[in-house]
Amino acid sequence: MSKARDNILARLRARNAEKAPVDLDRTVESPDWSREERIDRFCKAMRSVKTEVHTVGRENWAKKLAELSKQKKLKNLLYAPAGPLAEPIEAVWRAGEGLPELVTREVEVDGWKEELFFDIDAAVTSTRSAIAEVGAMILWPTPEEPRTFSLVPPVHIAVVEADQLHNTFADAIAAEEWTSGMPTNALLISGPSKSADIEQTLAYGVHGPVELIVLLIE
Amino acid sequence: MQQKAEFEQRVQKALNNPQLRRNFRVAMDGLMEKRSNAFPDKEALEALRITGANIRANALVKQPELLEQLEANCTRNGIQVHWAETIEQANRIVLEIMERHQATGMIKGKSMVSEEMELNHFLEAQGNSCIESDLGEYIIQLDHETPSHIIAPAIHKSKQEIAQLFQEKHPDIPYSEDIETMTRSARKILRGKFFEADVGLSGVNFAVAETGTLCLVENEGNGRMCTTVPPVHIAVTGIEKVVEKLADVPPLLKLLTRSASGQHISTYFNMISSPRKPGERDGPTEVHLVLLDNQRSRIYADEELFDSLRCIRCGACMNHCPVYTRIGGHAYGSLIPGPIGSVIEPQKFGLENFGVLPTASTLCGACGEVCPVKIPLPKLLHRLRYEQVRNDHTGATIGQGSQRSTREALIWKLWSWAHANPAVYRGGTRLAGLLRGVVPNKIGPWTRVRTAPKIAPKSLHQLAREEGFENE
Ligand code: SF4
Repeated sequence: MSKARDNILARLRARNAEKAPVDLDRTVESPDWSREERIDRFCKAMRSVKTEVHTVGRENWAKKLAELSKQKKLKNLLYAPAGPLAEPIEAVWRAGEGLPELVTREVEVDGWKEELFFDIDAAVTSTRSAIAEVGAMILWPTPEEPRTFSLVPPVHIAVVEADQLHNTFADAIAAEEWTSGMPTNALLISGPSKSADIEQTLAYGVHGPVELIVLLIE
Repeated sequence: MQQKAEFEQRVQKALNNPQLRRNFRVAMDGLMEKRSNAFPDKEALEALRITGANIRANALVKQPELLEQLEANCTRNGIQVHWAETIEQANRIVLEIMERHQATGMIKGKSMVSEEMELNHFLEAQGNSCIESDLGEYIIQLDHETPSHIIAPAIHKSKQEIAQLFQEKHPDIPYSEDIETMTRSARKILRGKFFEADVGLSGVNFAVAETGTLCLVENEGNGRMCTTVPPVHIAVTGIEKVVEKLADVPPLLKLLTRSASGQHISTYFNMISSPRKPGERDGPTEVHLVLLDNQRSRIYADEELFDSLRCIRCGACMNHCPVYTRIGGHAYGSLIPGPIGSVIEPQKFGLENFGVLPTASTLCGACGEVCPVKIPLPKLLHRLRYEQVRNDHTGATIGQGSQRSTREALIWKLWSWAHANPAVYRGGTRLAGLLRGVVPNKIGPWTRVRTAPKIAPKSLHQLAREEGFENE
């Protein structure tokens, strides 16, 4: 098909009148928000799209996770034993009683796809950072916490660090130097999946998680 | 003239359907209000629109270089890039990928380019199954329809109509008109389809040349499913979707979601830069990008029509169009309806086929005013009206001059002649004043819905002279 390529490029280059290059100013100003303002905006924006946000401390977030899983009557909870959240989760689960079964599958998803699709109630993942302005979390899924964890189970619980809140998406890209190497998949997630395709009426829980719970470590 | 008659028939049908008109009116009013609320600061909006227009214009000016850069970076990342001049070529490429994997089942995320390719039709004719997974697309696929809006494909249907459709196609599911219940039913049905599919197909909102990244905007999660779960992911896109830098993405994303549905951000923004890498535990092992031209490079050659390629497909121009709101998307008879459809489709499929669309506008200017990338839609509609009647054969649009009528051309010649000759003009208006009594009461289509105009006894010039104005 390289003939198609050559033809297309040749046609594009055959423009007789040269269009002047556009003078594009890419400098962006970031709002000057304090840490509190960032937290406040993030929580408000996420809640406005039906995300359940809990502010927690570094010491007690795993307890909150246990409490919520009980409250929501989860049958099981998928987590990454080699991921950054493993230790506190395992400690709380060891001590707790009547908690949902912790599920770990440290192999390629292909081998247990059916279980992932039809048996897992919830998954907990870490996040890379988040955006205050619009209320979105940034995830760069890893081998330990693969892409489907935040997508397939009906409940997604995500742990967000308040210290990792950027003002805007543009800030995140610049501060984290995304241009020096993009991951296989980078994601912004702002709420549980939804659709307004029927009569422009919002309905939550379409193909992704039905519930999104954020534990914000202040 | 057949296209005109057919168009008028579709318009009549739509106008006489109160349910359809209600569905559109309510939905468009809602979308306009949501957009307006999402941009409370009009000055900031204007600044953002200028940025958006510049980003897109810059990407277009550098398009050939950026496409090469995109290809090089995607290839380096492991994404296989294919080029297609025509929809036939693009369909073939998709089919060959499927055949190579002995795949027969495709699950699709929302993609207007795949609609443009009529991919479902093509693959189904080859014995494959193609399932739309976007809720709106799924609904219209069940009813064998085409989208009536580019971001809300099933907007022409009421919930009762959808409930009946579900009942008919899935009799095992209890009847419900509750929107959340229907949405959950679709979730259940489609889960199995994501699970089984051999290939996932998606569109692309922005393709970033700098990093070789494909960006997808969505709310439902079906786009993520299609691009994550099946072993092969094929992304199809028009060549105009390329942007230069990653830093160009945030302003465009902001403009897109706010203009489209008033959202500050979509539920998901999915950026794909490579297939599954060694050690990663999910994601497709192959990612393909199909770059489709299909007349875009022809549009690109025209200095003015070039601007129509800036479009980021937000749908705001149709939401704000008084014609679209009244006749709905299907009346246009084209894949993309509304103002941008009336500009793009005749350029792609010829004025002889779609020349009537640019006339389906009041030129009120609303579309140009809301367009997040400042496409001068009214000007382009105007330009295409000219293209279809010009007879100098120097235009670039397919079917130029096809709607020219000798009678109309003669009338305009006379008109301009009269206006260039004061004596003729004066004599003409005086004569018209004298003959005012014999103007017929019925003048063709004009009087079908209006009363016939009455010519004043004295012309404006005469009145002005009587008032003492000397200088004409
Ligand atoms: S022409 Fe402008 S308003 Fe219309 S869909 Fe494209 S970007 Fe949106």
